[in-house]
Amino acid sequence: MIDFKSLRNDFPMLRNGIKMQGKPLVWLDNASTTFKPDCVLDAISNYYTHETSNSHRGDYDLCYNMDQKIAEARNTLAKLLNAESKEIVFTAGTTMSINLVAFGYGAKFLKEGDEILLTEAEHASNVLPWYKVCEMTGAVTRFIPLTKEGRLTAENLEKTIGPKTKIVAVAQVTNVLGYVTPIKELAAVAHKHGAILVVDGAQSAPHMKIDVKDLDCDFLSMSGHKMCGPTGIGVLYGKYDLLQKTDPFMTGGGMNARFNMCGKATYLDAPVKFEGGTVNLEGIIGLDAAVKYIMNIGLENINAHEEELKKYAVEELNKTGNVTIYNKDSEAGIVTFNINGVFAQDGATFLNSKGIACRSGNHCAKILNDFLGTPATIRASFYFYTTKEDIDVLVDAVKHGKEEFLDAYF
Amino acid sequence: MPTFELNPQMMREIIMDHYSNPRHKGVPAGEGYTKTHSSAVNCIDDIDIYLKSSDGKVVDAMWEGTACTISTASTDIVCEQCIGKDYKDSLYMIEQYLKMIDEKEYDDSVLDEAIVFMNTGKQAARIHCATMGWTALKEMLEDLEKKGN
Repeated sequence: MIDFKSLRNDFPMLRNGIKMQGKPLVWLDNASTTFKPDCVLDAISNYYTHETSNSHRGDYDLCYNMDQKIAEARNTLAKLLNAESKEIVFTAGTTMSINLVAFGYGAKFLKEGDEILLTEAEHASNVLPWYKVCEMTGAVTRFIPLTKEGRLTAENLEKTIGPKTKIVAVAQVTNVLGYVTPIKELAAVAHKHGAILVVDGAQSAPHMKIDVKDLDCDFLSMSGHKMCGPTGIGVLYGKYDLLQKTDPFMTGGGMNARFNMCGKATYLDAPVKFEGGTVNLEGIIGLDAAVKYIMNIGLENINAHEEELKKYAVEELNKTGNVTIYNKDSEAGIVTFNINGVFAQDGATFLNSKGIACRSGNHCAKILNDFLGTPATIRASFYFYTTKEDIDVLVDAVKHGKEEFLDAYF
Repeated sequence: MPTFELNPQMMREIIMDHYSNPRHKGVPAGEGYTKTHSSAVNCIDDIDIYLKSSDGKVVDAMWEGTACTISTASTDIVCEQCIGKDYKDSLYMIEQYLKMIDEKEYDDSVLDEAIVFMNTGKQAARIHCATMGWTALKEMLEDLEKKGN
């Protein structure tokens, strides 16, 4: 049994008595970003105090050690995803990873009339790169219908996919509703029709065990800062032959084999051909520490804990009779709701006045609102360090939300 | 000074009244309106403001869009309080309001109901909501003043 509560002592943001609006901070915006444990901060600090060097072909020990550290981090990430380490590309985060696939692979291979399939529940970062690629190539985006409750099913993909579909791009866990998408089944359908499956793993990788070999997805993107790592670092996993076919969209030092004055250059193999320039070294070191930390807790344990929190939150929020919940049956630790009679943004401001960090809005999935039938919602999202007591503070606040929400301004 | 007693109960009533029954919300049917759009990356609010003026005076001001309680009520109030005023008085009132939100010294004698937003600065994330209608009208009025019509 993991003692999740004691893990809070590993996090300065949780043990330092941080206050917001004069109240103890209750952090329920983990889908947006997560706190960092000491081991991550120490690893980053140690890089600057004891290990500073650039990477790539240094002739001295510190640089050699740096290259070793990067190789180790690639191995750690490969272990997390059950991938090969040469299939792990370091990027700035999920947005950059998806853009790399869109521009390095999509723009290279898509032709006029080809189709990219998305869903209405996608984050902007899994919609806009594809819109741009369509502008460039003449390909078109289409949307796979969701079920009435907001799920993506293999059945609906099968109904939508056609001979012109080349790319299916979907989130493994959607950032507003928190449904877990059946990636393995979707991959089978996509492959049967000759399309590739590009997975946005930003909301899944921090919270559940991912086995890319078992899922058979073609690309998967993730962000370090949503899994206790630093900001500005993330990963693109790709099947190696697909990575080799993908063009780098940044060229420069560290990624070329040779070039001459006639304008000819040859590039190194994946993954380093995508890592032009000095990479985010402190980010890679911090991410390595973060992934080791959460693997030590166990992704299955994290997942089970969050599922329990989700059930508890839905039950307790429902008991108040004051809320509408839009995703009570979804698996992830995300509760999307409104305080009845209170506009989402006002509700979130009211929660701020109680020290609770939740997010209001359309959560970067701006095309989902028509589906939900409300212009905006409040999102409370959990991580393994979230406690039932945190949820109790939220529940207690919403009990009085309708009467008191304007008090935040007086 | 406002003509009502300033307490949370009264402030709540005024804000909720303009939120539940905004007097100046809607797209104007008549002609002669100029329109401007106001929205923000960090919040949901997304509104259009309509202004009609004649002989240096605000004849009508309206707004339409999606907005939270604070932006709805504050925008409705600025529309209400500009109507009938000339540009100079309108701009003076808006300036005092923006100073109040910024927690600087201000002249409360011209603010009337808008005084209810005096503590909005406590919620830093909502300052934009309390000012979006006001700054949009300010820019429109300054523009009209420059053009001299």
